Amino acid sequence: MKMELIQPFINAADAVLAQGLQSPMSIGNLSMEQEAYRRKGVAALVLLTGDIEGRIVFDLDPETAVRVASCFAGAELPESDELVRETVCELANQVTGNAISVLNDQGFHFRVHPPVLHISEHGPQSTEDTEALVICFETARGSVFMNIALRYNACRSDELATAAGR
Amino acid sequence: MEQFASLKRTKDGQPVRYLVVDDSVFARKNLARIVETFGGQVAGEAGDGMTAITEYERINPDIVLMDITMPQMEGIEAAEKIVGQHPEARIVMVSSVGYQENIVAALQRGARHFVQKPVKPEVLYEVIKYVLGEDGVVSNAAGAGA
Repeated sequence: MKMELIQPFINAADAVLAQGLQSPMSIGNLSMEQEAYRRKGVAALVLLTGDIEGRIVFDLDPETAVRVASCFAGAELPESDELVRETVCELANQVTGNAISVLNDQGFHFRVHPPVLHISEHGPQSTEDTEALVICFETARGSVFMNIALRYNACRSDELATAAGR
Repeated sequence: MEQFASLKRTKDGQPVRYLVVDDSVFARKNLARIVETFGGQVAGEAGDGMTAITEYERINPDIVLMDITMPQMEGIEAAEKIVGQHPEARIVMVSSVGYQENIVAALQRGARHFVQKPVKPEVLYEVIKYVLGEDGVVSNAAGAGA
């Protein structure tokens, strides 16, 4: 997975989290995930199709999700509140939307699908083509995990290879 | 939340009435909270483009805040349909997807402006003032959020 695809997501997460939580954040652990994705808590999944395909998962442990959602909502929310899950979905939506805006202006074309709650314990296992990068953002409200598995669409890859061969 | 001078309707001095359209409940609540700090009133909400069209007919708002990526009917298509029936409609697209193509498409199909999420209240305030033009007036009294 190319860094040029990942960097816009890191920048967008930085901007969205810093604004929403009104405090700076830092990047903690960064790792490649070989095994099947395992959900940590409240997770939202966004699918991308187009020149670049794959998925982004935002995952927060339940306590962090409540703290982050409460901060975004400007009021203390109970863990059972639907708004906690809604906030995680909207967080995923905003980060993905901001990132693909940058990539689109660089010439990549996508369709971003509305975020959905990821409720199963496991996700599909990464493959060589769609290896997943897991980035942990350390915020004042807890750790936010972004799990990205993206790849160039085969047609787009051919175009890039052709262009590089010129 | 930041304080803003109230934006009122010029014609009757009443609060500006908003229709907030977004499939995310969180995003709708957040936008409602912001426009209330402008002294505005959320007259209606919708979670998709189809409902936005019927809600527009029902409440005839001064401003529509419209998301783009939504189920059933996306925001740009809904904006086009509303403006087709009501050329005076003032629709501001509010979306996290803010690339050039999308913005141009929205403006070409009838939206008056575009604000990227996450929404900065001060940016939205200026956009709404601009879109209201002479039909809006800044009142000395602060907004409800003040």
